[in-house]
Amino acid sequence: MTALRIENVGISFGATEVLRKVSLHVEEGEFVSILGPSGAGKSTLFRLLTREVTPDYGTIHIDGTPLSRQSRTFAFMPQRDALLPWRRVLDNVTLGLEVQGIPRAAARAKALPFFSDFGLAGFERHYPAQLSGGMRQRAALLRTVVQDRPIQLLDEPFGALDALTRMGMQRWLEARWLAAKWTTLLITHDVREAVALSDRIYVLSDRPAHVIDEVAITTPRPRLDRPLPDSARALEDRLLKTLLTQTGD
Amino acid sequence: MQRFLPHARGKGLVNGIPAVLSVASAFALWEIYVRLSGISPLILPAPSRVVDQIVQNRALLWGHTVPTMTATLAGFACSVTVAFILSVILDFMPRVRRALFPIFVISQTLPLVAIAPLVVLWFGFDLTPKILLVALVTFFPMLVALVDGYEATDPEIEALLRSMGATRARVFRLARLPSAMPYFFAGLRISITYAVVAAIFAEYVGARAGLGIVILNAKNSFRPDLMLAAVVISSLLTLALFGITAILQRIVLRWRDAEGAE
Repeated sequence: MTALRIENVGISFGATEVLRKVSLHVEEGEFVSILGPSGAGKSTLFRLLTREVTPDYGTIHIDGTPLSRQSRTFAFMPQRDALLPWRRVLDNVTLGLEVQGIPRAAARAKALPFFSDFGLAGFERHYPAQLSGGMRQRAALLRTVVQDRPIQLLDEPFGALDALTRMGMQRWLEARWLAAKWTTLLITHDVREAVALSDRIYVLSDRPAHVIDEVAITTPRPRLDRPLPDSARALEDRLLKTLLTQTGD
Repeated sequence: MQRFLPHARGKGLVNGIPAVLSVASAFALWEIYVRLSGISPLILPAPSRVVDQIVQNRALLWGHTVPTMTATLAGFACSVTVAFILSVILDFMPRVRRALFPIFVISQTLPLVAIAPLVVLWFGFDLTPKILLVALVTFFPMLVALVDGYEATDPEIEALLRSMGATRARVFRLARLPSAMPYFFAGLRISITYAVVAAIFAEYVGARAGLGIVILNAKNSFRPDLMLAAVVISSLLTLALFGITAILQRIVLRWRDAEGAE
């Protein structure tokens, strides 16, 4: 079943055309990545979905219903973790539930069982500043998935991490995803990350962004704790070459 | 986080030593100068004489400290309340902010020497003019701090909250208000140091009791020792309020200790 369908969507801000006739879809339980050069408008796509901005043309459907009639579809994880520094980790994780109006005790009861799977056990009462970068991202991801929204939007979730921590987090995310199968749309400019985690990848062009390639990854999972087959390596090369034609400099 | 606190407190005491030493040596130099030069106590009384005056006139001074303290606290309470309410209105209505902000700025350009007698003329010798003057002097730094603090909210946090379906009021409550707290306390610390001085000035211009009256009377009877005694009391009052603010800040901004500890 198609969870999300974006058809022929475009948007400009003033004289700057950011998205041009973008079409893509995500099936239920599918992990889809959007790969594109920096500043191409990938994040604008998410802002369309969270209805921060409205498209100039085109349609967005959730489960066959127009987006404008749906308000509780996406759980969004921004580029930086956006944890509230004055809230303890537990209260940060339950933030979305609190906004939904769920009583604090119930929200905590819902979030607490996840803490060990997310490598945060024992840190419930800490403040974000006391966590490592990887732990902060895991807390932000837990805050996202605990909201029980149908689709997870992850905007370069590991972009701010050092290379080693990022690889650890990718392995961890793959394991969590295999266990939970959240319908996920991931924005990234990291080719290896996209190939390792996705069922399908859309490649966006430089601005104005439009889809210039779509590939399905059939390599069996889990992919990250063993060498990638040659087919996947070849795919990585192809995607990288495509992307490199799109960078302005 | 608890385990960081005793450590921080111990360090606070050690950090306080240079300040205590410098203040003590300033007073010691003053005392030595007065004793060696033999200058008349009618011109410059020694610190020991000022302390002696405080002890001797403690009943009188206490009787005049209470009204000053009342005016300061009442004025400050009004000021915080009005600054907070206004800051919220200005945050929700940018157009009102553009309309009103110049008025607040102008209110800060009025010289106190001119305003104070006028306020006393209009509102009499009771508590009202003192409250008004304290509020007038202290309200602006807090208002500016709050408005700037709201603006300093991380836009990504606001976008996150909106994506969760939070209303404008909810975003304010969950993100903008807590973000402004460090700014607010910075403004509060500046304001509180003006508050006692403003109250004393208002009394000086016209009142029945208060440290300002003690200073006025002591001046008229050529008693610099008594004037300085009142000055010491007013300084201690300001320091006490500053200390309370610092403790409050520590409690409200506990999470900042966590940032330092990492």
